[in-house]
Amino acid sequence: MTTTTPPIVSTRDPHRLRELRPAGQAYRAAFRGLLGRDMYLLRKDGKVFLARTIIQPLLLVFVFTYVFPKTGQSVGGVQGAARFSTQLIAGVMGLVIVFQGIQAVALPLVQEFGVSREIEDRVLAPLPTWMVGLQKIVTGLLQGLLGACLVFPIAYLVPATPVHLDIDWPILLTLAPLAGWVAGSLGLVLGTKVKPFQVPLLFSLIVLPLTFLGCTYFPWQDLENVRWLQILVLVNPVVYMTEGFRAALVGNIPHMPLFAIYGALIGFGTLFTWIGVKGFENRVVT
Amino acid sequence: MADAIIRAEGLTKNYAGGVAGDVLAVDDIELEIYSGEIYGLLGPNGAGKSTTIGMLTTRVIPTGGSITIGGVDVVAKPALAKQLIGVVPQSNTLDRAMTVFENLEFHGRYFGMSGREAKSLAAELVQRVRLVERSDANVMALSGGMAQRLMVARAIMHRPQVLFLDEPTAGLDPQSRIALWEILGDLHDDGQTIVLTTHYMEEADEFCDRVAIMDHGHILALDTPANLKASIGAGRIVVVTATGDLDTLAETLATKVEGAHQAKVVEGRIHLSVDASEGLLPRIIDAAEAAGASVRDLSVSEPTLESVFIDLTGKDLRE
Repeated sequence: MTTTTPPIVSTRDPHRLRELRPAGQAYRAAFRGLLGRDMYLLRKDGKVFLARTIIQPLLLVFVFTYVFPKTGQSVGGVQGAARFSTQLIAGVMGLVIVFQGIQAVALPLVQEFGVSREIEDRVLAPLPTWMVGLQKIVTGLLQGLLGACLVFPIAYLVPATPVHLDIDWPILLTLAPLAGWVAGSLGLVLGTKVKPFQVPLLFSLIVLPLTFLGCTYFPWQDLENVRWLQILVLVNPVVYMTEGFRAALVGNIPHMPLFAIYGALIGFGTLFTWIGVKGFENRVVT
Repeated sequence: MADAIIRAEGLTKNYAGGVAGDVLAVDDIELEIYSGEIYGLLGPNGAGKSTTIGMLTTRVIPTGGSITIGGVDVVAKPALAKQLIGVVPQSNTLDRAMTVFENLEFHGRYFGMSGREAKSLAAELVQRVRLVERSDANVMALSGGMAQRLMVARAIMHRPQVLFLDEPTAGLDPQSRIALWEILGDLHDDGQTIVLTTHYMEEADEFCDRVAIMDHGHILALDTPANLKASIGAGRIVVVTATGDLDTLAETLATKVEGAHQAKVVEGRIHLSVDASEGLLPRIIDAAEAAGASVRDLSVSEPTLESVFIDLTGKDLRE
């Protein structure tokens, strides 16, 4: 190694530097900034958000609660179409939230990790890397809540048979954010594990089973006659969301005990957040 | 004597358990980078330059050693250190969903600026990097050079103590390179500390205050470009293309040609370092022919950083 000579350095005024801000203050500002970016894009592309959020619940509600009754097809068993319509709304609510977790968190992350690599810049924001992952969960949560709100006008306007919602506000206001958290953190897990070329598989192998077997179209207790399925679907977090929304929106339909719903959602949320945030860190820091 | 703004000691990165087994990408290097200088890491692909930059910019966790930037322990407090650094990575990491202006505006927000402050600074910066007309264009519509300038603007927006650029001109056309170096030159004049990696020796030579030559995870030499070139101790480098046994011929030339210091065979040609003197080329041809070789081509040049690299490693920088 050759010897080092003192460098030639500019003798002008030193570059004007920003003061080092305290960690907590910088973290909060960066977190708000990243969240602000996601919300700004949501507003900017509001129509896209509306279209991708509203079409699926609209079609589901339209076909099952308008077309079916009009064409004389009975869905919903002994208590008739009205009951089916009402309890389907709860299922649709869960569905919309899960889809937001996929669309607002998982799919953008798959792009940002695998194709554009812009995540590399996002993690240079002055906050710990795990908080960047956490911020994505919050984005999923907020978009999920927004999506869920859109289900109300659909439920009010579309069905041919009247929908009788009997809202239990304390449950709804605690359950909806909980469901949004589980969906957002599931989105983070999938977003960090799935490669761009695997996205079609993500839908057929994960999203479809989650939603079709998520007690969306039928209450969990109705599965008593298919006992093995009733037990099997307990591993599906969507079951607890839709059952929870049944408890929150449709008082007179039997649902899973509340402690099981809340317990499972908190458990899934914690698990997915942990796996998701760890996975996120491992992908961006080597 | 200027203060060291970056200090790294015993910096090591061992990628354990990869497909190729353990890879020691960076092996126990020391860095002392001074405030206000342009410091270049020069070396071929795989030398460990990007891994070094990765460790300095919190993206790669060292397996050994320590780093401080502006007194902040980068390994222990990466989130805090991120306030002090601006990074222009190798690939385009602009926010694809946003315009040129929004990319800057939101970067400012991430770094704690108010909406108004971020907007006014963004307006100033698009001007500085000559992207005013593209302010409202989506970043997908930018050319490579424009994207690179925007990434520089973004990286300096929060007034970092050190600006890092990883292969900033790779893949750029000559004009875009010049435009980028003009911007970096202005920043340098303002006192901005700049650390960059490059495998273009001309760039390192022309623009860097000091250059660290890296290969296989080690820093082989560190000095100003002028001193590095002088370290060879030869006035001229003559590259000889000839037929016959090159190794023998190289030895012959090194001993028989007056003023020759040494000769190395690199990529099928002999690199002969000699003192500059009259009648040099005829003497080389004579010596070669006396040894039974036939000279096809001779080229004479002053020593470059490339010559330094060849002198240090016995191989070409470009391979």
